[in-house]
Amino acid sequence: MSMAQPSDETPVLRTRHVGGEEPLLVARDLKQRYEVSRGLFRESGTVHAVDGVSFDLHAGRTLAVVGESGCGKSTLGRMVTMIEEPVEGTITIDGKPLDRSSAEMRKAVQIVFQNPYGSLNPRQKIGAILEEPLKINTDEDAASRRDKAKAMLERVGLRAEHYQRFPHMFSGGQRQRIAIARALMLNPKVLVLDEPVSALDVSIQAQVLNILMDLQDEFGLAYLFISHDLSVVRHIADEIMVMYLGKPVEVGEAETVFNRPRHPYTAALLSATPVADPFAEKNRIRLEGELPSPLNPPEGCNFNPRCFNVMDRCRKEEPPLETMDERLCACFNPVDVKVVGTA
Amino acid sequence: MPLLDIENLSVTFATATGPFRAVDNVSLSCDGGDILSIVGESGSGKSVSMLALMGLLPFTATVTADRLEFDGRDLMAMKTRERRKLLGRDIAMIFQEPMSSLNPCFTVGFQIGESLRKHLGLGRAERKERTIELLSLVGIPSPETRLSQFPHQLSGGMSQRVMIAMALACNPKLLIADEPTTALDVTIQAQILDLLADLQKERGMALILITHDMGVVAETAQRVHVQYAGQRVEEQDVRPLFESPHHPYTAALLSALPERATKHGRLPAIPGKVPGADDRPNGCLFSPRCAFTTDLCRRSVERQGAEFGHALCNYPLEQGVPRGHPDPEHIGQAMAEMME
Repeated sequence: MSMAQPSDETPVLRTRHVGGEEPLLVARDLKQRYEVSRGLFRESGTVHAVDGVSFDLHAGRTLAVVGESGCGKSTLGRMVTMIEEPVEGTITIDGKPLDRSSAEMRKAVQIVFQNPYGSLNPRQKIGAILEEPLKINTDEDAASRRDKAKAMLERVGLRAEHYQRFPHMFSGGQRQRIAIARALMLNPKVLVLDEPVSALDVSIQAQVLNILMDLQDEFGLAYLFISHDLSVVRHIADEIMVMYLGKPVEVGEAETVFNRPRHPYTAALLSATPVADPFAEKNRIRLEGELPSPLNPPEGCNFNPRCFNVMDRCRKEEPPLETMDERLCACFNPVDVKVVGTA
Repeated sequence: MPLLDIENLSVTFATATGPFRAVDNVSLSCDGGDILSIVGESGSGKSVSMLALMGLLPFTATVTADRLEFDGRDLMAMKTRERRKLLGRDIAMIFQEPMSSLNPCFTVGFQIGESLRKHLGLGRAERKERTIELLSLVGIPSPETRLSQFPHQLSGGMSQRVMIAMALACNPKLLIADEPTTALDVTIQAQILDLLADLQKERGMALILITHDMGVVAETAQRVHVQYAGQRVEEQDVRPLFESPHHPYTAALLSALPERATKHGRLPAIPGKVPGADDRPNGCLFSPRCAFTTDLCRRSVERQGAEFGHALCNYPLEQGVPRGHPDPEHIGQAMAEMME
């Protein structure tokens, strides 16, 4: 495995499967800040929603971004989809920087949102929903748009006659399929999946995950899979990036990270995820306290007030993301524990 | 005698398109010191059955039951006024959305004190003392300052702790927790589940945990009650349930979990969806989605005995194989399809 750092100063994960291949999407040192008003008589504060994130996305592979609410994972997805522009850092696809004004670029990246009850217009028929991206971004005629929409419906496991129906006639799982179909209408290279199955029941979640895996195989899509559910991530991800308060704390191949987490936060997150096996031997790590306010992050390592492995140095210095044990990890005092006994 | 004894509870809602039965002949009993978990997907009637017990359903709902007893007292025969004396004191409930369950207009201290005043008739000073005690019990740091805070000043995890403190105010014998951690992050979820389990053990109260998360069930519950489309389809202790589920729905639900499948492999999804008001099948409600359905299942369904986890199934699974199924060839085919 070549884990050597690239020539520029930002460490990025290099995995064995894709050693020689050029990455499809390259993100370097992304930063996003928001100004937050704190009332009439106080100065507004700055939230560093994403603070220095770098990653590569490869065709046909899935990078999962995990973390709790407020860690910046959705902001990351919005920047990749060009809904927001990063205040610092660059994103390139096939070597060309992302550009919102270029139709070519917009076609290359599409997104599926969490809640399929909110992301489909209730007044539009399914056909109109699916054809809209084609209408805006291509000059195809109505007949070919309709054929494409119908073909895509069948592709995601719905029927062509659903073309004439409205969103309210579908269940949550079917709606999420429609949202996926809409995202695929322009043949994107990268699909950002922002918690695509969190709103669905277990049995429906399985159907949607299966479809996502099939589509990835068929179209060679690169997925940026944003989720808080580690059991789903473990199933679908090739690489995983764990974020805490806007910063990546551990990045590596999914199995490497899951089997032997080195960052205390990753270990705690894994340990807190309930395992559906009453016989499992679990190493319980319980975190005290809650996420600190992003307006006022702690000095030193962001995680130090909740960390069970904290040292004096963590309260003063910020640990850099460095290569460690076949992955990248930002910690001065990494742990070495096996969290869960079962696979 | 069990603490809570429910027999054949049904809840029917009057809707614009006719009556809809959300809970269908559910029986359940719970002893002091038990942790009973009710699992099911959305629309399985798991919350509605407990809301019926609490008398919190709107007027469109009709509740019937052969028996609805708490601590030996018949809740159905009780007058509303009498029942309200029981609710919040002996039976308490916490809800899914902690942020929206608290009243934004009143302080935390006032909201906890309310039930102390109503049920126990405590005076102002006693209430304050007891409230501080409760807040520190549920792990809220510096409870004295929290007393005068409003819900918007609390995080999700803190709000849920306040809800728990409210529920525990009068030392209930039964605590019903309806998806208490669904809206929370995993590390906070772990804290809250630990807290609930500790409190349950310390006080020997009964805990009914409503959830859709099989992981939470496996780690918390002692007994599990699986509900599907308003019916109880299976009831077992937690370990045997995960080891050898008797109802095909339970089995399918467990194998649909990503953590039980091979990495990147296909997940054995359950085809179709939970039947709604207008597409309820005859016979077994799970028959349109079940791999082992026969003509008999489409006509009628029989409840099995305790040895098969009271499974509501004509051919309960025994180590994964449907017992007494008339067509063994079909079984092989169906199992192969499921594995595909």
